Amino acid sequence: MFLQEAEKTFQEKIDSEIKIEPKDWMPEAFRKTNLRQISQHAHSEIVGMLPEGNWISRAPSLKRKAILIAKVQDEAGHGLYLYSAAETLGMSREQMVADLNSGKAKYSSIFNYPTLTWADMGAVGWLVDGAAILNQVMLCRTSYGPYARAMVRICKEESFHQRQGFEILLILSKGSKAQREMCQDAINRWWWPSLMMFGPKDSESTNSDQSIKWKIKRKTNDELRQQFVDMIAEQIKLLGMTLPDKDLKWNDKTKHYDFGEINWDEFWNVVKGNGPCNKDRLIARNKAHDEGAWVREAAIAFAEKRKSNINTKAA
Amino acid sequence: MNIKITKYYYGDIPEETTSSPSSKPNTVDLGWPLWEVFIRSKQGLDHKHAGSLHAADAAMAIENARDVYTRRQEGISIWVIESKHIHASNPDDATMFYEPSADKIYRHPTFYDLPDEIKHM
Repeated sequence: MFLQEAEKTFQEKIDSEIKIEPKDWMPEAFRKTNLRQISQHAHSEIVGMLPEGNWISRAPSLKRKAILIAKVQDEAGHGLYLYSAAETLGMSREQMVADLNSGKAKYSSIFNYPTLTWADMGAVGWLVDGAAILNQVMLCRTSYGPYARAMVRICKEESFHQRQGFEILLILSKGSKAQREMCQDAINRWWWPSLMMFGPKDSESTNSDQSIKWKIKRKTNDELRQQFVDMIAEQIKLLGMTLPDKDLKWNDKTKHYDFGEINWDEFWNVVKGNGPCNKDRLIARNKAHDEGAWVREAAIAFAEKRKSNINTKAA
Repeated sequence: MNIKITKYYYGDIPEETTSSPSSKPNTVDLGWPLWEVFIRSKQGLDHKHAGSLHAADAAMAIENARDVYTRRQEGISIWVIESKHIHASNPDDATMFYEPSADKIYRHPTFYDLPDEIKHM
């Protein structure tokens, strides 16, 4: 009886756009879904540092290197905002990191693709961050307070990421023949995986829209994906490049771009761990964690030593 | 109510029922304590809660807060406090707790009906 009453009050709060805060009562499934989603989002930011970190030492100029370092540092910050939000739902940071490193927790599949050329830094910023921003802008209004606040912070910083990516491609698109080809090649390789970021088609699902009802999500995968295609199909004209989809065409009736079928076999394959870099990413995360263990221990030992010094002096 | 969410939304990949590909035991090492961070964005304003982070001690918490929460000149002063030292009111008691102020509308200036001609008040 209490549970039914509490669930009703909870839904009324959601319906009248009152945010849910950590100490408020919430249905167990709401807690679980948010925890899973926020921690996956955090993991994506952290693993997302790897494909770009790959190019820091080989950036073409000091300016590009400084920008790339700042961007990768931002991703680390975004991961931390999100881990903090997830921790308010009752899972420890150590447990989340352990779940990522063991392969139990998921992160966005897009980061299981390799960054082969410098142009990939442009394509990742423009397409991958561009796709992520659409999701994140929507999440600024999500119903769980700490998640929404983290998203507001992230969105403020994310716009630089997308703009610097587009600028990299813009410069390449005005360069030599080899540079233009590199630009087109990066777009060709990143386009379809970027579309896959939005997840399966809405029609694939037979389950109830609980996430929408609880306002964790406010748009469906297909709505977000269409928004992305419409945006990119226009922006690419400024680059004088093409998207690798012969079915991409403006539809005057729907006022949207039509686009071709996504390779869902590839999508599920990468989700299941068989993408080009799944293993490398986990190895890199585990290596960093293991090799950093002594630093974490030393910091605690040092803090304790300092504390006991203060106590001795005071005595 | 036992709702199972299996729908796959962007950003929320459902859990697999099969075992994880891990060969490692799920060991969790000892973590640093949690700190709450408060930031003054400019001279003359209050410190405002910015978020939280983990650090071994206060000095490290302040340095980390600088790196995490002020990368774009969002602050000129930082306070940190270990989260365990914060005491909070209980949201379940909110109605009872804040109700007494609801019926004291005479505490607001708009309660008083004065002629429009009166200036500087």
